[in-house]
Amino acid sequence: MKFRFIMGRALIVSVIAVALGCAGCGSKPEAAPNTPGTASPAKPRIALIMKSLANEFFLTMENGAKKHHAAHAAEYTLITEGIKDELDVSRQVQLVEQMIAQRMSAIIIAPADSKALVPVCKRAMEAGITVVNIDNKFDDDVLADKQVRIPFVGPDNRKGARLCAEYLAKQLAAGDPVAVLEGIPSAYNGIQRKLGFDDAIKAAGLNLVVSQVGDWEMNKANQVVSAMITEHPELKAILCANDSMALGAVAALRSAGKLAPVKVIGYDGISAVRELIAKGDMLATIEQHADQLAVFGIEYALEMLKTKQPPADRETPVDLITAANAK
Amino acid sequence: MTSRSHYKRILVDYVGLSSVLAGMILFFGLQTDYFFSLTTFRTIANQIPDAVIIAVGMTYVLIIAGIDLSVGSILALGAAVLGVCLVKGGLPLWLSVGACVGVGLACGAVNGFMTIRWQLPSFIVTLGMMEAARGGAYLVTNSKTQYISGIERIYEANIGGLSMPFLLAIAVVVAAQIVLSGTVFGRHMFAVGANEESARLSGIRVRLVKFTVFVISGGLAALAAVIHCSRLAAADPNSGAGYELQAIAAVVIGGTSLMGGRGSVINTFFGVVIIAVLGTGLVQIGAEEPIKRLVTGAVIVIAVIADYYRHRLRSRD
Repeated sequence: MKFRFIMGRALIVSVIAVALGCAGCGSKPEAAPNTPGTASPAKPRIALIMKSLANEFFLTMENGAKKHHAAHAAEYTLITEGIKDELDVSRQVQLVEQMIAQRMSAIIIAPADSKALVPVCKRAMEAGITVVNIDNKFDDDVLADKQVRIPFVGPDNRKGARLCAEYLAKQLAAGDPVAVLEGIPSAYNGIQRKLGFDDAIKAAGLNLVVSQVGDWEMNKANQVVSAMITEHPELKAILCANDSMALGAVAALRSAGKLAPVKVIGYDGISAVRELIAKGDMLATIEQHADQLAVFGIEYALEMLKTKQPPADRETPVDLITAANAK
Repeated sequence: MTSRSHYKRILVDYVGLSSVLAGMILFFGLQTDYFFSLTTFRTIANQIPDAVIIAVGMTYVLIIAGIDLSVGSILALGAAVLGVCLVKGGLPLWLSVGACVGVGLACGAVNGFMTIRWQLPSFIVTLGMMEAARGGAYLVTNSKTQYISGIERIYEANIGGLSMPFLLAIAVVVAAQIVLSGTVFGRHMFAVGANEESARLSGIRVRLVKFTVFVISGGLAALAAVIHCSRLAAADPNSGAGYELQAIAAVVIGGTSLMGGRGSVINTFFGVVIIAVLGTGLVQIGAEEPIKRLVTGAVIVIAVIADYYRHRLRSRD
């Protein structure tokens, strides 16, 4: 009994030790840093730090970057890192610190938080590392406050959302009642998309009846939309700030038998939604070219490393996906 | 305990919970035009089956004084397996469902084995499974949401507007309650939860009871995954996050003790319904997101405080 007790304790301790060990082993062994001191003009070493790799969007981004690296392996070395989920901000700060310690040439970052990551990126720049911001733009006020300039390469979420909603508005008449499904309220890109929807709704004279939060998530969106269409049976369209929520909305409409009269738009262009658009169950979404996003960032960083000066922000394309080009 | 006082006790529970429910329905009914309608209740009924089935498993686990944090992730893994079997593998539905439930049972068996073999707290074991199964779900789907065409048929089959999954959930609740209050296994669960050592001394195979309960919980989580996927017509590896806490909340609202040895599946069902009515009602009255969370949190705590008094009232009898 006593032996078992001790074994039990030992096991718990070792499990915890392994768990902690794993939490710390973010950096990959094959990307060992060059021996410091040998400041030869070797290949630049670029770190790509993304948000959750559990998200199809960032996985596509990573694959795009790896593909680009495979084609240009002679020009640079690449390390890619992601965090557990989109809210794990402190882990992302740690990753940047690790990259500073490894003396990378450049860090390309899709920040999990547009404010909290600014200070550590400033430290990276002070350590002589080129920093490029992709996907989710750093907050302008915080950048100004910290007196840093970090170039941004990425899509204009407001523009994309407006594009998608304008396409929807063409199918509706002025005064038609519509609803918006928002992302997590604190997310910058979610806020921008909501603004883009609002722009188009106002311009087309649509009637925004209700706007609710769906937390970027399919099941939550499903529940919210089910309740929404009971309360507002007159709704003509639902504008979703991402595709996962659009999937949930479509399922809710289908089970209420209202898939035909209510149009749904999304944002991101994930494969499951493209299938729905091709089938005619959904109207449109926005493709942000996730696979190209990191590549633009890498090319941008390489250019900066060569010319030693920061070029201007670069906007990446957003494209409308409809039944015509869904497949 | 005479059977008379047993039924009286159950009655007190039902009266308490159903009056809370009636109060909420009345409140929302007065606030909005459309809440008090058949559509609303049908929608709620068709939305809760997965939550109900998970909460049934959680009730068992809490009764034996354990906890299962892995149910949300097992749901995601089950959904992932189901989606990939159907979409990528092209397997027939029954086989895919079998694979899904099998994976859930296996996860539950691992939870149970680890708990009894090394006498580990189920909190830690299932915390580990929560991470591992989530990782598995990402691996299986390559982090991509799988759109499953045709699976919504399961949901569309209905009797009087009540979907098959809802009827299935009711069947699970009834069966689980019968097992709990009418079989030897049920009595053993209560005994293990109330006092493991004295249960062991009185000849109950404590380890077998615990193991079985974790297997049931895992299997039910995977069954919930089938329902979840058929409702959403898609398998999302991110789905089910936070379900474990929602299930625990529902079970506790239903008066099952976190300390074990006490609980009822039917009351858990009421707990799930209360949370679902609250969620739907708050959307329909157009409440802001922060308000929704505040109210939901408050209701959970108030329900548990009410349970404390209910419990005291009963023990005075």
